[in-house]
Amino acid sequence: MQLSRRLSNLGVGLVPVLLALLFTTLILILVGAPPGKAYWNIIQGALESPNKWASVLTATVPLLLCSAGLLVTFAAGLWNIGVEGQIVAGALLTTWLALNLALPPILFIPLLLVAGLVGGALWGLLAGWLKVHGGVHEIFGGVGLNFIATVLTNYLIFGPWKPAGRATMSGTAPFPPQAWLPRLGSLPVYPIAVLLALMTIGLAHFALRGTTWGLKLKAIGNNQRSAFLMGIPTHRYMLGAFLLCGALAGLAGSIQAIGVRQRLIPGISAGYGFLALLVVLLAGYRPLWVIPIALFFAAVGVGSPRLELSLQLDSALGGTLEGIVVLFVLLAQGVRRRSASRRLAGTQSQSQAQAQAQEHKEAV
Amino acid sequence: MNAVLLIKTLASVVRGATPLVFAGIGEAITEKAGVINLSLDGTILLSTMTAFAVAYTTDSVILGFLAAMAVGTLMALIIAFGSITLRQDQVAIGFVLTLLGAELSSFLGNPFVRLKGPSVPHLPILYLADVPIIGAIFFNHNLVVYASYVLVILSWLYIFKTQPGLKLQGIGERPEAAFARGSNVNLMRYVYTAIGGALVGLAGASYSLSIKLGWSHRHTAGNGWIALAIVIFGGWHPLRVAFGAYLFGGLRSLSSIFQRVAPGIPSQFFNGAPFALMIVALLLVSSGWLDRLLIYLPTRVRRVIHDALLGTPPAGLGRVFVKE
Repeated sequence: MQLSRRLSNLGVGLVPVLLALLFTTLILILVGAPPGKAYWNIIQGALESPNKWASVLTATVPLLLCSAGLLVTFAAGLWNIGVEGQIVAGALLTTWLALNLALPPILFIPLLLVAGLVGGALWGLLAGWLKVHGGVHEIFGGVGLNFIATVLTNYLIFGPWKPAGRATMSGTAPFPPQAWLPRLGSLPVYPIAVLLALMTIGLAHFALRGTTWGLKLKAIGNNQRSAFLMGIPTHRYMLGAFLLCGALAGLAGSIQAIGVRQRLIPGISAGYGFLALLVVLLAGYRPLWVIPIALFFAAVGVGSPRLELSLQLDSALGGTLEGIVVLFVLLAQGVRRRSASRRLAGTQSQSQAQAQAQEHKEAV
Repeated sequence: MNAVLLIKTLASVVRGATPLVFAGIGEAITEKAGVINLSLDGTILLSTMTAFAVAYTTDSVILGFLAAMAVGTLMALIIAFGSITLRQDQVAIGFVLTLLGAELSSFLGNPFVRLKGPSVPHLPILYLADVPIIGAIFFNHNLVVYASYVLVILSWLYIFKTQPGLKLQGIGERPEAAFARGSNVNLMRYVYTAIGGALVGLAGASYSLSIKLGWSHRHTAGNGWIALAIVIFGGWHPLRVAFGAYLFGGLRSLSSIFQRVAPGIPSQFFNGAPFALMIVALLLVSSGWLDRLLIYLPTRVRRVIHDALLGTPPAGLGRVFVKE
């Protein structure tokens, strides 16, 4: 019984995904591209070799870290769009230390990761301060800070941190090797990063589910005013949520800088923050669902650049597909809720009518 | 000589702010009705691309504008359907559409990058363009710019001076009361969301066909967010929204002038300036600091400044109306 219900739930859940695929296929037909080949290219581009598998895992890391943070801010009812800039801020502080210090790796790498945590936390706290004490909605504060972080990065890359010789779009000079995050053999995957990412998702799951801290945060998210009246220091909790989310995003930025790129490049955040927002929305704010969805998004992201080489299509198809899936899933949730409430209303009026008929009979 | 330059700069400010005026007023109308269309940045990108692609393939600027307005309307209707009919989170759907619009514009616009296409012809208004100073600033542009003036005045008249306009305010401020007085709240919200969306589409078209010609990846990225911020800064009032758009445009060209005057300052600071400004502007109108400062002024002056700078959002903004 329960299994069959679960299966049918899964079936219902797949409908919007299939519709989204259909819609994307229509777009491909519209631009005159072969849909089957396009999808096959994405799949191949993501999964054809161990190297690609490793890249997918590596792309999953920032998504998981940011999603873990966003689960916290969403629990408190906050739309932390600034997560993108918080990634950048983490990368910036990491870069500053990586370019100016020289320590043995055993000390250097943890220090650089902590620098990422701190940088992101500060940037997140700034958005939080604007929200809590300045009355600026976190969406606008966040968007503004995102742009400022990008501009700051470009300034540093073309100014104080430009490599010897000539500043270019390819970024700062590479960091010294003792700052590099260790790989798994020759594969482009970083075991420490994967471990950290999985741990944070697990922590987010337990913290939001099984602690009073999580409960209070959710209380604020549901109704800030009544939470305040219940004696929860709402401002402190909200600032804490921003700080935590910023720190995790900053850690993601740090890993991008000392792992994936081994330098600071313009656009170091690569849209991972925005994508993580989509991941969490698609997961319906459930931590454990975040993991498979992040893997899927990462695979699409790693696979779609192949489209440019083999089909001369823009790789934005991947992002388009992801956006459409999330949109359709959100709409489908609404449809389901609507029909459920209709059914409820229907049975209610039916039982009312029965009761009335009963009364009528008794009266007669 | 300097006066000529000043007039030229002011004229370019007026011209350059046109899309922000369209988008800001469109969003203000939508929000007045109680719906937030957060998708502006993506919608503008997608409609900018659509306008250029359609105008380029059909060689008709008018078709480009119409197509862009259709795209804007469609995006807005998705938000209306998702939030009003399906009662999903407006902000979530708006955010998804922001990203989706941007990605789709990159994907579909790929073949149209950096092409030269048709544009709206320059058209000084007879007689008016010859009026000293004012003529050169306001009446030496094209039809799109003039349309924005008309829109500012018409939307202000409509919202504040007509019966349907008062009803529009009613469904955004107190939907329950408006419903009790016979307004079909949700239908009207659909309509005003669609109208606002069409104006946002118009904003997009006026980028690629008049202000920032052509199409490139992320051609207008960021401007949608600025338009959204201007609506708040402008207190949901068409005249003040337009003022905000011009102020923003003005400060932007001011920074480009500074850039010429003081080449020592890195150009990135000026690229970041609009967004720093956005935060500061919102801080100014939302934090209550201004109110605290105003206490030191005489009452009459205080009221004037207060009315000119501060506004409150429609009380029913973002709240779903459910008929009992």
